[in-house]
Amino acid sequence: MPTSMTDSIAEDEIRHPTKELTVGEEVAIEMIAVHKWFGEFHVLKDINLTVNRGERIVICGPSGSGKSTLIRCINRLEEHQKGTIVVDGVELTNDLMNIEMVRSEVGIVFQSFNLFPHLTVLENLTVAPIWVRNVRKAEAEEAAMKYLERVKIPEQAAKYPGQLSGGQQQRVAIARSLCMNPRIMLFDEPTSALDPEMIKEVLDVMVELAESGMTMLVVTHEMGFATAVANRVIFMDFGEIIEQNEPHEFFNNPQHERTKLFLSQIL
Amino acid sequence: MADSAQTYETGKHPELPPPRTEVGVLGWIKHNLLSSPLNAVMTFLAILFLWFLIPPLFEWIVLDAVWTADSRKECWDKMEVPEGAACWAFITGRFRLFIYGFYPEASRWRVNLSFVLLLLAIVPVLYDKMPGRKFGLWYAMAFPFITGWLLVGGFGLTPVDTDQFGGIMLTLVIGVTGITFSLPIGILLALGRRSKMPVLRILCIMFIEFIRGVPLIALLFIASSMLNFFLPPGTVFDLLIRVLIMVTLFASAYIAEVVRGGLQGIPKGQHEAADSLGMTYVKAQLLIILPQALKISIPGIVNTFIGLFKDTTLVLIIGMLDPLGIGRASLADAVWSGLSREVYLFVALFFFICCFSMSRYSLYLERKLHTGH
Repeated sequence: MPTSMTDSIAEDEIRHPTKELTVGEEVAIEMIAVHKWFGEFHVLKDINLTVNRGERIVICGPSGSGKSTLIRCINRLEEHQKGTIVVDGVELTNDLMNIEMVRSEVGIVFQSFNLFPHLTVLENLTVAPIWVRNVRKAEAEEAAMKYLERVKIPEQAAKYPGQLSGGQQQRVAIARSLCMNPRIMLFDEPTSALDPEMIKEVLDVMVELAESGMTMLVVTHEMGFATAVANRVIFMDFGEIIEQNEPHEFFNNPQHERTKLFLSQIL
Repeated sequence: MADSAQTYETGKHPELPPPRTEVGVLGWIKHNLLSSPLNAVMTFLAILFLWFLIPPLFEWIVLDAVWTADSRKECWDKMEVPEGAACWAFITGRFRLFIYGFYPEASRWRVNLSFVLLLLAIVPVLYDKMPGRKFGLWYAMAFPFITGWLLVGGFGLTPVDTDQFGGIMLTLVIGVTGITFSLPIGILLALGRRSKMPVLRILCIMFIEFIRGVPLIALLFIASSMLNFFLPPGTVFDLLIRVLIMVTLFASAYIAEVVRGGLQGIPKGQHEAADSLGMTYVKAQLLIILPQALKISIPGIVNTFIGLFKDTTLVLIIGMLDPLGIGRASLADAVWSGLSREVYLFVALFFFICCFSMSRYSLYLERKLHTGH
């Protein structure tokens, strides 16, 4: 069983889901033979991945293995050069309309939060619903307060991001994504920039999100979170998916040499 | 008084007041004026310098100055020592000329009205807490056109030729027009220069680099003389309009580079966050990127505006009479010649008041928009 490491928290500290997490039949994301290059560097090699609705997938791997690039391709923050990506039935091509449609359906939480520093917390949450979805201001604010309560910081609504702690900022970032009512949430190392005591508050919110049935792709090294919540763990190295399995099997019975090596280094 | 030597149990240490010499007036004096022996000497020398400089200057400018007279001779006769003080009579006697230029007497109320309209337009732009600010901003956008129309004699008024514009009024016309139009044009140029579309990007780069590479005076000469070669024969294209266009384009190239600097200061993550929420390019720029980029650019933008405002004096080279031009023309008057100090001080004071206000406003704006903490 995984034990704690310096920059993550022990598994028994993670809140475990209180209800059974289920996976739907419907396909949410389909990646077929996806390749991507950064200049000469072949960063994603023949990625094939099908994600069903309600799946919670944790992606791990050494740095530079392409895991962030993979999830960033799903909302087209990175453009893939070969292969097909279909999100919620919409294929990602150069069509800007499609890209904006997919982006408003797919939320992403970044390692560095990327809150808008010139807007208050409440404005951070309402700016996209008001200007992208044309929701009325009062309605958007009401919804935003609901999500702030869900991430347990309604009292910070009037503050600016610069006045909050890292953990609070990341929870605001999660709430900001949720305000667009996304059907899929991507997490790009959401706890890597946080102090250990703040990691738990962010992970708790993510567990709660999993309980609500959200489809989640999480790039993280929090193996405790993976065992508690994920139904599949994917290991990537050198731009390839090396191995994927349900968490218990993945951690206790890794098949591939590189997976074993990686696990022995981080656990 | 808390005894500094007193010891407390661990975890029970109370919050003590800071030493008296560290806060308040004493603290300020200690930290700012006497922080080191060298600093104390410098403070003493500065006080000494001001002691010898200020009183005579004040006497020359205010106490001994003559405010009413009909000629330089009369002015100097009124003084204890001839030429020993300022002769402001020269300025007060020509005050209206300095303000209105050669704008016809009977129509000068239009200039006064324009000035009031200008103040009304500035308020909603500068103060965001004003009630009904939205309408104020719409008005501010319409202001340059309304006033321009008013000054040249639209609305059925007697037409006034723009070569009768002069003095402070001319400075304000050029300065305000340049400032209001160069900011939006500059922002568009900056966005264009960062565009992914090569044709647009190259056009913007060429424009910016050409304008920045040519002195404003050269552009003004081009405006006053060469432009006629490029226009169809017989076209009458007002000289003031040409000057306004040149000054605006000149400032917009500088604004573009200042704003581009601001845009480069915005982390990539802000673009990604805006994109990931489904915002279009225009919405992302207007709501997320530009508000932050412009905030960073405030010192540079105001710097450019101040430069533009002072550069308006260059129009005297192509024969337009701004306050400096009027001053120089007045000095040619034999009755008054020899009072150049007064004239240039007066013109300097006018520009200083305008530019210093802009500078203070930019500091206020920076403080107000600071959300970092």
